Amino acid sequence: MRTTARTSRRATTFAVVAALATGLLAGCAADDGDSGSGSSGGSGGGGKTTLTVGTFGTFGYKQAGLYDEYMKLHKDITIKENVTTRTDVYWPKTLTRLQAGSGTDDIQAIEVGNITEAVQTQAAKFVDIGKEVDKSQWLDWKNAQATTKDGKQIALGTDVGPMAICYRKDLFEKAGLETDRTKLAKSWNGSWDKYVALGKQYMKKAPSGTKFVDSASSVYNAALGGEKERYYDKEGNVIWDKSSGVKNSWNAAMTVATSDMSAKLKQFDKPWDQGFANGTFATVACPAWMLGYIQTKAGAAGEGKWDVAAAPTAANWGGSFIGVPTASKHQKEAIALAKWLTAPEQQAKVFGEQASFPSTPSAYASLKPEAKTTKYFSDAPLTQIFSDSAKTIPVQVFGVKDQPISTAITDTGILQVEQKGKSPSQGWDAATKEVKDVLGQ
Amino acid sequence: MTSSEQALARDASSADAGPGSLTGEPGPARGAQGRGTTPAPSSWRSRLYRWDMKASPYAFISPFFIIFGAFSLVPLLYTAWYSLHNVQLSSLDTQTWAGLDNYKNLFTSDFFWNALKNTFSIGVISTVPQLIAALWLAHMLNYRLRGSVVWRVVVLTPYATSVAAATLVFVLLFSPDTGMVNWLLDLVGMDPVNWRESDWGSQFAVSSIVIWRWTGYNALIYLAAMQAIPADLYESAALDGANRWKQFRHVTIPMLRPTILFTVVVSTIGATQLFGEPLLFGGVSGTKGGSEHQYQTLGLYMYDQGWIVGNLGKASAIAWSMFLILLVIAAINLLITRRLRKTQ
Repeated sequence: MRTTARTSRRATTFAVVAALATGLLAGCAADDGDSGSGSSGGSGGGGKTTLTVGTFGTFGYKQAGLYDEYMKLHKDITIKENVTTRTDVYWPKTLTRLQAGSGTDDIQAIEVGNITEAVQTQAAKFVDIGKEVDKSQWLDWKNAQATTKDGKQIALGTDVGPMAICYRKDLFEKAGLETDRTKLAKSWNGSWDKYVALGKQYMKKAPSGTKFVDSASSVYNAALGGEKERYYDKEGNVIWDKSSGVKNSWNAAMTVATSDMSAKLKQFDKPWDQGFANGTFATVACPAWMLGYIQTKAGAAGEGKWDVAAAPTAANWGGSFIGVPTASKHQKEAIALAKWLTAPEQQAKVFGEQASFPSTPSAYASLKPEAKTTKYFSDAPLTQIFSDSAKTIPVQVFGVKDQPISTAITDTGILQVEQKGKSPSQGWDAATKEVKDVLGQ
Repeated sequence: MTSSEQALARDASSADAGPGSLTGEPGPARGAQGRGTTPAPSSWRSRLYRWDMKASPYAFISPFFIIFGAFSLVPLLYTAWYSLHNVQLSSLDTQTWAGLDNYKNLFTSDFFWNALKNTFSIGVISTVPQLIAALWLAHMLNYRLRGSVVWRVVVLTPYATSVAAATLVFVLLFSPDTGMVNWLLDLVGMDPVNWRESDWGSQFAVSSIVIWRWTGYNALIYLAAMQAIPADLYESAALDGANRWKQFRHVTIPMLRPTILFTVVVSTIGATQLFGEPLLFGGVSGTKGGSEHQYQTLGLYMYDQGWIVGNLGKASAIAWSMFLILLVIAAINLLITRRLRKTQ
């Protein structure tokens, strides 16, 4: 009897240990399988190929029905999108996966702030996709951003962020200002200082509880988006503290920060969203991609009250790329999909859905924003305003640490002046200290 | 014996050459080991039994240690290795030896000391009120209440919400223009506070999230300990004329001492690692902890250096510094515990 009990206990022991061990191993295996690149289906051999697309935020491909359309055209392809909401989470994750050579998606999106880092440090991990396409379809400056010194283009441009000024017509009227979009654009044409000067005028008769602009940082970003010289020179040296572009933009932002015309909000924060909903600021520098955002946050109450005018200078803010990592197991199919997704016709469709502005000029003639969007923005000629801007944006030099330097200037320097009442020179010193920390100096 | 058990037993005995040959013992010697009195199969069986008795417990606990090794120990050591190198997020494969440079860099950095100071001050203003409030709550819940289960569940509810959800609500409450807190301040005639940018205001706001989330959790731990206190202690105290407060001070608190120490240790560790609340409270660029880093904790600073700036070597050095700080805190706690035990 005792033997039986013992044996059965031993059996249980083995069973439990075995189960746990298998569980562990299975866990690891499952993790591996998660790496994305689909099953062993293989390409074209009758089985389905699963392509994964890694994006951050909303790219609009799914929303515009592009994946479904592509899958209908190519019966052997299944597309899966892996969305990471925040760029600051998405990019480090992508970097580590690229270097590990596993876990990457078949197509990987890259934000404009990270493209130089990708070009300079990760070029070997991406397929030279420039060879596969007719480069002349894209804006030159867009191609240039994704191309290495020796001419390898690692990614294709998706959208760009040509800038305009979105303004609340009704608030302008109450403040006794001009409301016509062409006249407004003319009045501040050429200089952000003129735009800021109008802000001072607005504040004299501002409807109660409203400010002229959402934040000083947004003026800084918008102004810098039109400058040729930013934080790096062509040789890759950091020149941020000597750059004329930074200086001009900083000065415009300082005028805003030291006056009462700013609602002192931080972009993409909850209170900022609320600011749209409650109409607490009259203008915001809006790249094309922001139109959809305003529409959702300001809601039905804002319909017809918003209008769009050309920005003081042609400027770019944002925009992305998609590239195919060499680690992709289905490179050929992935390249084909990337080409298709970024082709002018598809970019035009995405614009119709959520106003991400195409990086391919040939799409501009056929651009039709959703009727709802046009109506929302008082029937402004959106496509014309944005394409005029996109075509004249200067070629800008980017550097590896563009993103963190920008954050240091806006979120430390400008914020201290705007929200803590420090002097501009104190703000500049704080930003300097922060940038040095970022650069490891 | 069922047939499968027989099969198992046979499997076991047919495998008996295994251990013997592994230890290099010649086959016949095994009989001698059994002192010649027991026949070979049963000696094998008893040995297997002894082996089973000794090894099984280890097999049972091994999953934890395997997981601990793979996901804690290896990363810990790897982080130590990283902290001695210059490692950039964008070029993980080219690490250069940096010696103690990362640590030197850290100890001369204002941002590091600032983060350490913030971690400490936020830790104090969140842990102390939290534990006091928890004690008070537990004391209240310990009375005979109608619907006591409901109250206990309610007290635990904040703990069940996610950090993200809780923080987002607090961000709205503490919003300078439209927030409810400033509105309340306005009602009582006080000036509004810019909760995110002011030094103490922001730390207070972050602490309030921590307090809100963890008070109920600690209260339930205290409550459990209170219910284990024998009722006759209270009865005799009442006979001696002690009122509720005196009972609380002279019966409840001394009896709870080990529990209080436990919660202090756990809360201190939690406070040292504070990350989610300030990150989300900061909004878009939360890793900076405000424009003057006024609520940047060590956790945030590490994340900022590692994943935003991309300097993994320095981030690893911060991680190890945090680890050492926790060890020091643990040692201090141990000393206090011992001293308290002696005085008891």
